[in-house]
Amino acid sequence: MSLLFSSRNLKLLTNPLNLENPITVQVLGICSALAVTVKMKPAFVMALSVTIVTAFSNLIISALRKSIPARIRIIVQLVVVAALVIMVDQLLKAFVYDVSKQLSVFVGLIITNCILMGRLEAFAMANKPWDSFVDGIGNGMGYGAILIIVSFLRELLGSGTVWGYPVMEKLGAFSVGYVNNGAMIMPPMALILIGVIIWIQRSRNKNLIESK
Amino acid sequence: MNKSNTYIFIYSTVLVVVVAALLALAATVLKPFQQKNLETAKKLEILHAVDKGWDAGSADNKNLYVDAQYNQYITRAFVFDPAGDTLPGRLAFEIDVSLEMKKDSTDRVYPVFLCTRDDGALNYIFPVQGKGLWGPIWGYIALGEDLNTITGAFFDHQGETPGLGAEINTRWFQKQFVNKKLFDEAVSFISVKVLKNNEPKLPDHSVDAISGGTITSKGVESTIAVSMKNYLPFIKKNKL
Repeated sequence: MSLLFSSRNLKLLTNPLNLENPITVQVLGICSALAVTVKMKPAFVMALSVTIVTAFSNLIISALRKSIPARIRIIVQLVVVAALVIMVDQLLKAFVYDVSKQLSVFVGLIITNCILMGRLEAFAMANKPWDSFVDGIGNGMGYGAILIIVSFLRELLGSGTVWGYPVMEKLGAFSVGYVNNGAMIMPPMALILIGVIIWIQRSRNKNLIESK
Repeated sequence: MNKSNTYIFIYSTVLVVVVAALLALAATVLKPFQQKNLETAKKLEILHAVDKGWDAGSADNKNLYVDAQYNQYITRAFVFDPAGDTLPGRLAFEIDVSLEMKKDSTDRVYPVFLCTRDDGALNYIFPVQGKGLWGPIWGYIALGEDLNTITGAFFDHQGETPGLGAEINTRWFQKQFVNKKLFDEAVSFISVKVLKNNEPKLPDHSVDAISGGTITSKGVESTIAVSMKNYLPFIKKNKL
């Protein structure tokens, strides 16, 4: 166990959650973060799908890295990513049809998610399979954490529910004149929320602030 | 590292063949599950038109539950041609309305589903198909035995704006259609209009549009009018 999770590997797992977060620090994968965060359940499934695809594409590419011809490496990476994404999409359609309907094209668009190609090029091509796998899990979770936070706020304030449970109704908020904020359902609010998260994160982590 | 062209060709060929084989295998294995989900989704939409099946999400086995409800309420279904004559031997459930709508209006066939309500009343459920602001919208309209009074409606969409046009798949919007009528007293076809607040209401023939969702609302209006017009020969032959 200590071999599998050396201090370096633990860093690979935890850094993307904060200091190297793919969304708030590297600003990658924003498109899907705006599109699938209206409700928590699809956001969670999306986060899980991205984590699985990032981890396994990192693992496969890292295992193949010495055999991949440099001139066609991007295509090879794309083929592996596309195969995994199609596999995930097919599984979702077969076993969680309702969620796959809500996610619609965004599962397919994981293929173009910059986080994936970024990790493959920057990490998996130069590191061992297990390290790459852990790196993939870490980055998927860093992406997922932001998705969950944003979708929690958007669902709570926009629809008055949390994971489909009518919190606001049970609290009796509607009977005292509370109304859902329709703007929360629209994509621009997700961008504003992510902006707020970046703001909070940077004000707490001084080393994220660029020197002038 | 640099490899020879031969190596690159062999490498990419092997990779692509392996990936293709894996995906083909996955698609074949998962196909029955996916098909069943599509079938359940369609059955559920038909049931929603007569205000049934809303609790399917909480059922232990959704597929089984929907099958049971469908078999209980949808007692008959048949296919008819544009002249309104029924075509025996065709399975109504297998007809893909969106494909039929692409054909010439004389080559099409239309399905209709007959529902026996809890009180024994017979309802005719017709599919409707059209477009909203961003993409297709579709649904089912249930008519009473007089083939005039709407007893229920269900709509869904592919990508209308959340919170605005997308509201057409909510129950408050759909419930407005209950007890509206397709024909006026002179038996001429009026359909149901989806009207904004400042437009004069037609008590039997209009429902409220969605604020901020005008184009989708008008899409629903024309979806009903255009689709039901196709069924007029059938309706005329089977009533009055």
